[in-house]
Amino acid sequence: MSWVLLIATFLPLVAGAILAIAPLERSACRVAALLVTATTFVLVTILCFAFDPAQGAVPQFTVDMPWLPGVSSVRLALGLDGISLWLMPLTALLCIVAVLSSWVSIEEGARGFYSLILVLETGLLGVFAALDVVLFYIFFEFTLIPLFFIIGIWGGEERRRAAIKFFIYTLAGSVLTLIGLVYTVVAYYQQHGTWTFSIPELVTNTRIPVEHQMLVFLALFAGFAIKVPVFPFHTWLPLAHVEAPTAGSVLLAGVLLKLGTYGFVRFSLPLTPVAAQHAFPWIATLAVAGVVYGALCAMAQRDIKRLVAYSSISHMGFCVLGLFALNEQGIAGGILQMVNHGLATGAMFAIVGMLYDRYHTRMIEDYGGTASVLPKLIVLAMIIIFAGIGLPGLNGFVSEILILLGAFKTHKLSAALAATGIVLGAYYMLTLAQRVFFGERRTPEAEDLRWYEAAALVPVAAVCLWIGLYPNTFLKPMLPAIQQTLRTMHSEVSAEVSQTRSRAGRVLTVGDSVRSIGSVFEGDGSQVARTSTW
Amino acid sequence: MQDPGILYVIAVAIPLASFLILLIGGKRLGIVAAYIACAAILTSFAISTYGLVRYAREGNLFAAPAHHGGEAHGQSTKPSATFVAFRADADHQAGESAEHSPHDSEQGHDGGLVWSGQIRWTAFGEDEIRLGYHVDNLTVVMFFMVTLVASLIHIYSIGYMHEELHDPVHDPLAVERGQPPLERPGRFPRFFTYLSLFCFSMLGLVLSDNIFLVFVFWELVGVCSYLLIGFYYERRSAYRAAIKAFVTNRVGDFGMIVGLAIIWTTLGTFTFEETRVALAEGKLSGVLLTVAGLCIFAGCVGKSAQFPLHVWLPDAMEGPTPVSALIHAATMVAAGVYLVGRFYFLFSPEALLIIAIVGGITLFMAGTIAIVQTDIKRVLAYSTISQLGYMMLGLGVGGWVAGLFHLITHAFFKALLFLCSGSVIHAAGTQEMPEMGGLLRKMPITAITMLVGTLAIAGIPLFSGYYSKDAILAYTLYFAQQNGGLLGPALFLLAIGGAAITSFYMFRLWFMTFTGEPRDHHVYEHAHESPPVMTIPLIVLAVLSLIGGYGLGIGQPPAIELALQNGPAAHGAVFHPPHDVHTLAGTFAFGAVVLGIGLAVLFYGIQLLSPDDVAAQFPRLYQFLWNKWYFDELYAFLFVRPVLRISQWARSFDWNIIDGIVDGTAAWTVRLATMDGRFDFFIIDGIVNILGEVTYWFGERVRRIQTGLIRQYIVFLVVGTVAALALLFYVTSLFAR
Repeated sequence: MSWVLLIATFLPLVAGAILAIAPLERSACRVAALLVTATTFVLVTILCFAFDPAQGAVPQFTVDMPWLPGVSSVRLALGLDGISLWLMPLTALLCIVAVLSSWVSIEEGARGFYSLILVLETGLLGVFAALDVVLFYIFFEFTLIPLFFIIGIWGGEERRRAAIKFFIYTLAGSVLTLIGLVYTVVAYYQQHGTWTFSIPELVTNTRIPVEHQMLVFLALFAGFAIKVPVFPFHTWLPLAHVEAPTAGSVLLAGVLLKLGTYGFVRFSLPLTPVAAQHAFPWIATLAVAGVVYGALCAMAQRDIKRLVAYSSISHMGFCVLGLFALNEQGIAGGILQMVNHGLATGAMFAIVGMLYDRYHTRMIEDYGGTASVLPKLIVLAMIIIFAGIGLPGLNGFVSEILILLGAFKTHKLSAALAATGIVLGAYYMLTLAQRVFFGERRTPEAEDLRWYEAAALVPVAAVCLWIGLYPNTFLKPMLPAIQQTLRTMHSEVSAEVSQTRSRAGRVLTVGDSVRSIGSVFEGDGSQVARTSTW
Repeated sequence: MQDPGILYVIAVAIPLASFLILLIGGKRLGIVAAYIACAAILTSFAISTYGLVRYAREGNLFAAPAHHGGEAHGQSTKPSATFVAFRADADHQAGESAEHSPHDSEQGHDGGLVWSGQIRWTAFGEDEIRLGYHVDNLTVVMFFMVTLVASLIHIYSIGYMHEELHDPVHDPLAVERGQPPLERPGRFPRFFTYLSLFCFSMLGLVLSDNIFLVFVFWELVGVCSYLLIGFYYERRSAYRAAIKAFVTNRVGDFGMIVGLAIIWTTLGTFTFEETRVALAEGKLSGVLLTVAGLCIFAGCVGKSAQFPLHVWLPDAMEGPTPVSALIHAATMVAAGVYLVGRFYFLFSPEALLIIAIVGGITLFMAGTIAIVQTDIKRVLAYSTISQLGYMMLGLGVGGWVAGLFHLITHAFFKALLFLCSGSVIHAAGTQEMPEMGGLLRKMPITAITMLVGTLAIAGIPLFSGYYSKDAILAYTLYFAQQNGGLLGPALFLLAIGGAAITSFYMFRLWFMTFTGEPRDHHVYEHAHESPPVMTIPLIVLAVLSLIGGYGLGIGQPPAIELALQNGPAAHGAVFHPPHDVHTLAGTFAFGAVVLGIGLAVLFYGIQLLSPDDVAAQFPRLYQFLWNKWYFDELYAFLFVRPVLRISQWARSFDWNIIDGIVDGTAAWTVRLATMDGRFDFFIIDGIVNILGEVTYWFGERVRRIQTGLIRQYIVFLVVGTVAALALLFYVTSLFAR
């Protein structure tokens, strides 16, 4: 099945490249893009069915080949484990939604637009599938470029400012992440004497000295936290969302934000477990602040897109809280929340786009009583809203309750505070529904749900229902991988604890890391000796 | 069938199937939608009747104690663990009872018939969440009540919602007063779609064997309530009420989630049965147990509209009246009481005390507000809150059977009262009682059935409400006697006062609506008796309201009471106050009821006294009650407006400060770059330029020495070479050092 993964990952890139130079009309372009995204989705779905849940901890469908001539340790290594598995179909599905939601709204330069969407799809799939840290970072950064153009060319009035802010802000963070990753690779070399860029090898066998962990953690955190975005690094998000075209918002909210949380699970937790534990009070504070603050900001918005953007900050706060609770429920809930938020918010942005296509406004006060004009669309919209506010039977509930249970185990108060987010969430989403969908009618007649809109929303709603009713399908493959991660963390933490105790109970601080981190890059021999004993 | 519990699962699934069919069928189904939904709920009712009969036979449900009175007295000398711990001097006995409680519960389990089954939903290594069904005597009784009331209300709705079959429907309430009514498509099938979803959720809630699944259905019934309150969503008030209901309930659910988390992290299970066993083993105790109980109770406070989260229920009357009857009177709002009863063993004595106090405050507060309301449905809404307060009080003071008994009888007579009010509204076209009057002649069946309901809720002997309310009062009095201090007597006074108030406002409602001279002739002319599809359910419910408290034979204790106490659900929580306490409480209650009715007759029946005079005499009090104790204003002041203001602050903080910092950083970077550019231009490049100029200047000067004289050149050459060598020597000596 490995070749399926390889094809699924690179098919959109190849197709996008061909589309960019093929002399095709707008309508042909969008059909081609739909076909490619649909094919990719089918391929990814095949992978999901072929995945062996019992072996969720080890990467499956692995591809491994050299691709940089002369550098044999940097490899084209792909594979899926329980952590990355569900993010693949999420990406593929949302790319279809992105294509369908720009079906009529993109008139100028459709060829370039769809080829960028396809190129972006490869970037996103590649991040989740990459098993090589170089490859990961290339994809991670590469996603910025098509999105930069999508926002900067097809966006709203302030599109240039938004695109530049988004690009520079996230790039600034990921440069620090790069330093963290380079450190890891160098540290591995010093401990084992060989160069490797394999992610599974690095995360399981690199022992980062406890004094360095906080600094490495912060370096990794910088890039991931801005992507998530963790409060207070979130302000690029509302602007980018508001200015982006619908497809851009769908992929931005649906998938791109998950790159950050995925990075947390993939790198931060297993590489720097001690620091992750030490940082919990800070991370939990930021996460809870994000939950409440995002919800409060969402309440005060008048622009629907901006409201949904702030609700993303709130929901991603839940996700981060779950991941750093560092237990099975929390991490499982966090990973599931990535998928759920992607589905619900992606679909929500698509719906806002559908309303915009009809009425050319995003302001809440311009709407009213759309339910009587567009009954079918509003039924779907209400399902998505209910999914977003955590109604049982739909997906959001499962992940939120798992996160809260997990977080409660770790720290009762932060879980309780985060739970207030569900009250506020219900309030602002239902108020939005009231103002836009119900009440006095203010919008003229318009055509109800069109076929491509139904094709975009119905599958998403169906998956929301599936996850909500029987989450075990989705949780089962994750659990071995999560247990593996926790085991790695636990063994390291217990080793560190004994080590730390022998050093007269010193507490890990950033200062410690600063003082001693330089030695790794200088290749200090004693450092090698010290670290390799672990 | 091996396990009759599966039948109950099917009975839950049938309304779900109906929901799905109606959802897919949509608008084109027309009146067929009602037939499908009715058939579904009637099938569920048939199954639950079969289940009841079978459970009664196998579980000996209606077996009366050999000598009822004596038995009751005998048991009261050995009250349950829960009760004893209340007492001030309970230390010794509490210890003893703790010893006994596992034994008691085993007996309860062994003695009871349970049909149950489970499936695994998710698993995390050792931790797993299992979902299952659990049929015991409480389930059987609740299931029977819910399906029965729901069936009747479904049938009634065919008549009541008939107008929605038309296209377009004229809705005068969706627009400003004085404008032509809004025209919109009818939504008849959608109404039954929601009703089916509600029946599924409510039955699922009753059947669940664990608190997690209860919570799932709990939220689902909340959504059905939300959808049905907002059924006339073009009306601003309706939709606002829907949001208010949902969000207020969410506040309670917030507590419930914390409660779930406490239970799960300490006990590792969600099921009621395992929780009970774990608690009996003492795995969760002390303050945390009380907190867990109060957190779960917070959810019940929200759902059952108890003080201080009661504010949503009166507004919920914006929904169609059958919905008010089914969801906001008979079943869903009783779910909070049901959950307290189901999870009774979770509540520590302190938690139960809080439950009793909340119930006492609620019943009194809501009753006083009901006195002055003029909207017929709002009076009933406050009376619902008040009666739910009675149930909570009953449970809180240890009257497990009494509280749940009242839940069942209340469901019958409150559904009846609401459906009657619906019939009145349907006929009169108004909800304001001051515009009614004299409708007895126009709609006798409605009037008489409503009188039955009124007598039942007031607690007149021989009507069902009498038996259940008296039981609660008896437990409260016994509680007051057993516990020193002022709290017990205060609760009893509230309950007795509440009884007088209940009978007063209910008879006020009945007199104002049906007797006297017609106050609005247009309304009176317009009024007519409702069609049989509506009156037959009224008659059935009236009969149930009458006989709900009867035994299966003369001299037998009430059948429902027996069904509740003869089974595992009671978990040894059953005891009876002594007979003389019962009699005393009954006497008090009867006096209070007579007082209430007497006043109502004086004011509204024969109109000897004028209520307006009284209102004018106590204007402050009247305003206070009319404005519902100013709860809405208080919450707007304390929570709603501050949160909205903070959200505005957050928005501008985000925009100006956080984003300002980011943009500021960017701006400063640009400024720095500009300065760097200037530095580069003026200083670095300047130096280069100056160097260049100096060189040029030097060259100009040097040009003068190009004289063309060989001798001069040689001199320059020699001097230059010496100087260069000297410099070289100096530099190399520097490095050689």
